[in-house]
Amino acid sequence: MANSNSPFKLGMIRGYPFILVVLPFALLFGVVGTEAGLNLFEVMAFSIVVVAGAAQFTAVQMLSDNIPTVIALLSSLAVNLRFAMYSASLTPYLGDAPLWKRASVAYLLVDQAYAVSAIEFEKQKGWLTNDRLAFFFGAVLAVVPFWFLGTLVGALVGSAIPPEFALDFALPICFLAMIGPALRTLAHVGAAFTAAVMSIVLVGMPHSLGILSAGLIAMAVGAEIERRMKRGKA
Amino acid sequence: MIDNISLWTVIIGLGLGSFGLRFVFLGFVGDRPIPEWILRHLRYTAVAIIPALVAPLVIMPKATDGAFDIPRFSAAMVALLVGYVTKNVIWSMVGGAATLYLMLYLLG
Repeated sequence: MANSNSPFKLGMIRGYPFILVVLPFALLFGVVGTEAGLNLFEVMAFSIVVVAGAAQFTAVQMLSDNIPTVIALLSSLAVNLRFAMYSASLTPYLGDAPLWKRASVAYLLVDQAYAVSAIEFEKQKGWLTNDRLAFFFGAVLAVVPFWFLGTLVGALVGSAIPPEFALDFALPICFLAMIGPALRTLAHVGAAFTAAVMSIVLVGMPHSLGILSAGLIAMAVGAEIERRMKRGKA
Repeated sequence: MIDNISLWTVIIGLGLGSFGLRFVFLGFVGDRPIPEWILRHLRYTAVAIIPALVAPLVIMPKATDGAFDIPRFSAAMVALLVGYVTKNVIWSMVGGAATLYLMLYLLG
């Protein structure tokens, strides 16, 4: 890697390609939120307070299905359990930064910034905590503003889109587009398959609790397949 | 129609909860090691929760009042397959949307 780029600039360079993913997803959230009956302020509050696309979609979907508030909240939080893993994985690199900086990292810990940081921190053995923070915030600055901007534009144009466009199905397609590339190992495929099948089987559970139950069962299945595959290799 | 109290409960609860999940290790654990079994389960959250959420929407779409729908089902399968093969989120979305509109046009 050329030394001419500061860690901050390098973070932005690594982050920019993800605008192609973040912007359409944010637009769609603005549209879907508006169609669910939220006003501009409420849609923007979602993106600014939560900063997590998949969980925001889940929450809006469940709220508009009149699922009880607690279940909607728990299911959306379950989608975000992955953040705990991101947090754990960055802790060895950023754990000695001042508390307010760690809190800022936590607020802005989105999928794309995590992904590029985890890869770069591993590579850049000579970096100090401050270099890593600069890289992380560079990556954040490249993508997060587009999350807010996309939401705003989506919310403004949302109600103008006619039903022929079948936007009801934009959310499933977006989610499936995220899952396909994530199916890297047998354990990932096993978890995803279990989740889909169990969710259909449990569809009659009250308050859509089947979704949460199927997800938790599938996590255990993925973890167990991984454990057995590792043991097989050892 | 979504009522205001549950909407704001979810926005604020989800905001605080998401921040908590993002902060938990960075903020509280510092440089102590994290048990491997916890990390192992957390690795599968995305590929477990999201398919659980999507599967009923694909098999029983809202737009058809839960009746199985060939255009929507084929769009979902194409999106998944393109994403798996190309590892590219954008191509997967384009493939899924193109299939949906083509099938709706052909069968509609």
